[in-house]
Amino acid sequence: MAVSKFGKIENHMFAFIIRRIIQALLVMMIISLVGFAIKNKIGDPVRDLVGERVTPGERAEIADNMGLNDPFLIQYVRFVKHAVKGDLGRSFLYNKPALEVIIKHAPATIELLIGSALIIILVSLPLGVYSALKPRSLLSRFTMSFSTLGVSMPVFFTAILLIYLFAVNLQVLPSYGRGETVDLFGNGYWNTGFLTIDGLKHLILPCISLSSIMLPLFIRLIRSEMMEVLETEYIKYAWAKGLSPARVWLIHAFKNTLLPVVTVFGVQMGLTFAFTILTELVFQWQGMGFMFLEAVQRADTSLLVAYLVVVGSVFVLVNTIVDILYGFINPTVRIAGTK
Amino acid sequence: MKKLVLLALSLFLVLSFTVSAGAKTLKVGLDADPVSLDPQVQLSGGMLQLSHWVFDPLVRWTQELTFEPRLATKWERKDELTMRFYLRKGVKFHSGNTFSAKDVKWSFDRMRTSVDFKGLLEPFDGCYIIDDYTVDIKTKKPYALLLNMSTYFFAMDSEFYTGTDANGQPKDAIVKIGESFALNNESGTGPFVVTKREQGLVIEMERFKDYWDKNCPGNVTKFTLVPIKENATRVAALLSGDVDFISPVPPQDFRRVNSDDKVKLVTISGGRIITFQMNQNRVEALKDVRVRQAIVHAVNNAGIVQKIMKGTATVAAQQGPRGYAGYKETLKPRYDLKKAKALMREAGYANGFEITMMAPNNRYVNDAKIAEATAQMLGKIGIKVNLKTMPKAQYWNEFDARAADMMMIGWHSDTEDSGNFSEFLMMCENKETGYGQYNSGYCNPKVDELTIAAQSETDLDKRTAMLQEIEQILYDDAAFIPFHWQNHSYGAKKNLKVKEIINAMNFPYFGDLVVE
Repeated sequence: MAVSKFGKIENHMFAFIIRRIIQALLVMMIISLVGFAIKNKIGDPVRDLVGERVTPGERAEIADNMGLNDPFLIQYVRFVKHAVKGDLGRSFLYNKPALEVIIKHAPATIELLIGSALIIILVSLPLGVYSALKPRSLLSRFTMSFSTLGVSMPVFFTAILLIYLFAVNLQVLPSYGRGETVDLFGNGYWNTGFLTIDGLKHLILPCISLSSIMLPLFIRLIRSEMMEVLETEYIKYAWAKGLSPARVWLIHAFKNTLLPVVTVFGVQMGLTFAFTILTELVFQWQGMGFMFLEAVQRADTSLLVAYLVVVGSVFVLVNTIVDILYGFINPTVRIAGTK
Repeated sequence: MKKLVLLALSLFLVLSFTVSAGAKTLKVGLDADPVSLDPQVQLSGGMLQLSHWVFDPLVRWTQELTFEPRLATKWERKDELTMRFYLRKGVKFHSGNTFSAKDVKWSFDRMRTSVDFKGLLEPFDGCYIIDDYTVDIKTKKPYALLLNMSTYFFAMDSEFYTGTDANGQPKDAIVKIGESFALNNESGTGPFVVTKREQGLVIEMERFKDYWDKNCPGNVTKFTLVPIKENATRVAALLSGDVDFISPVPPQDFRRVNSDDKVKLVTISGGRIITFQMNQNRVEALKDVRVRQAIVHAVNNAGIVQKIMKGTATVAAQQGPRGYAGYKETLKPRYDLKKAKALMREAGYANGFEITMMAPNNRYVNDAKIAEATAQMLGKIGIKVNLKTMPKAQYWNEFDARAADMMMIGWHSDTEDSGNFSEFLMMCENKETGYGQYNSGYCNPKVDELTIAAQSETDLDKRTAMLQEIEQILYDDAAFIPFHWQNHSYGAKKNLKVKEIINAMNFPYFGDLVVE
């Protein structure tokens, strides 16, 4: 009995995984199709490759050679054929394989995300907990009103404000770029700013700007979760037992606060990725967001499609893995899906 | 621990001192970076700027729009079709090769095969070597702009670019998409040698030790170029001291840069005219010269220069700016709302009409704002404007399709000469000859005739009269709405002698820059 049931579950699981993978592939198809459909609306890449004096006839010839005049389906099939082999086309702007361009720009964005995640964690935890414990203290009130301000300020504005304050007026921090970087693996793919003083200095303002969107949210989230937990029966019981405040707050209350916060953190970091585009623009941070805007402005359509496909597949991949893991952890997910 | 920190700090101080002594470094933030190191792959402002830093032309423009000898020491007209250039001796390329006539011919011939340049070289017959340091450049017909065009003849190192690269491709291949030797390697005669380049990130250059021009006052030994596209960031980078020089400075920040005591603002009037074209093929009313006159009279271009450009442009009433051959002093801006309304009534359009208008929003300085202001001004004479603005990546295809009744276009003459404007903007559109490539719906055979005649007129007085006549016809015809000539703007630290190295072409000659 037990064995057969076990086998059945395994079958379910296998079917579930297959289904999720097929779904993921379908989503990828749709993303690349959408990318292809909009690429002609972005503009004409040939325009950016030639001077204004080049005649329409010569431009058409160049477009022909680039295969831009072929019917939509032929272009798309050609793209998919190459994409399966890992070739996502060639960026017109950088004049390199699009995938290579994207991979080289990714570390800058990842470092920006890591930096701001660190800031969010290091600032929101103590402030959130403190303002839950001492809601009436001056610091808590200040934190709360300040965080309202933070939520309502667009990241673009925050960034420019920070630049003018710290770079232009006080002249303590640099205004743009990544500064001195170190080639991490010696192959030119991952240049890190975390290992030099100059690189770290350059990280400060962009990371603060980027974290400014999520920081208030997390302070508030931690505060309210913590306050909720503090009202529960078992905390009251812990007090009654005569435990020390430090023990009650940190071991009993804080630990239980963290669970929902971690879940939200995962989701919000995905959203933060979207905000890197603006942050990178203001700070001229040479990451994927900056590259994306360049591609839009200069009508580098092949880089644009490659970008959509890469970012899309990262998201799809992560979601698929999470879904599959969820399936293992929580059986109701896959059983609900079997019928 | 404290001792260690102190030690490190003092070491750092000592090191930074030794670096800064003697060497003059210059860090420049521009709104775009050159697309490659090949001076002949793309005809664009950015590439020409780079060409002046890394290569040298036969002659170059001065601030007064006269010619200054560079690789050519002197020149003389042999006959109607031929100009003889005597070349400089003792000039070295960055590779160590010696410059001679063969390099001039080689570069000239290569340029003719470039899609971007072959249009400009159309009037030329060829380059002929007389001896090692003399060449004749011949045109097919008498051509008045031969010297103007010689500012484009940058010498490339023929030996260096001959042969095949690691991929088996000829080193001199002109490649737009894909790899090529010339895109990533250079050997010119210019004041700077490129030491490092990462597309979109940085170009690092060092002074060429064997530079031929021993009288060159420039003292920059290390020259770094970084693209900073965002206006606010570029200004902040200058104000915070992260870069020494920026261009362009957005008009809204002029006062900020000017009032700062560490930096200064330098502007020079440029040759790019901003216009709106009125398409007579699309709108019947625009065929009436009175209606076009009314429109031109309704547009307060002086006001736009004041309010939108913050005074950093020169109000225009014709195509070419002062200093160009065709400039006519008597043509004045004609904003006069009363007259505009009267003209509309006279033409039978007292109640106005409706038109469409398109403009880019990231091509010219404040382009979208200018278009919005124009739309409002036309509203005052009863013309209802449906305006659409868009990024340049989309705009030019719309322009090719002549998708609106009024379209904005700015133009800078490649030859710093008036004729070029008419050839591209005002001559009747002709797909075969390529004339009027950017003309949306104006055609006057007389303008065509004069423009063509001026090309081969080598008597400069006669030529000037012809070009001025063209400007007068266009003015009387109200062929287009003239706005202004954009100024070039530069922000720099006070110890940079910027005024001496800038010019109307927007090619700052950093080789000559003196850092005090």
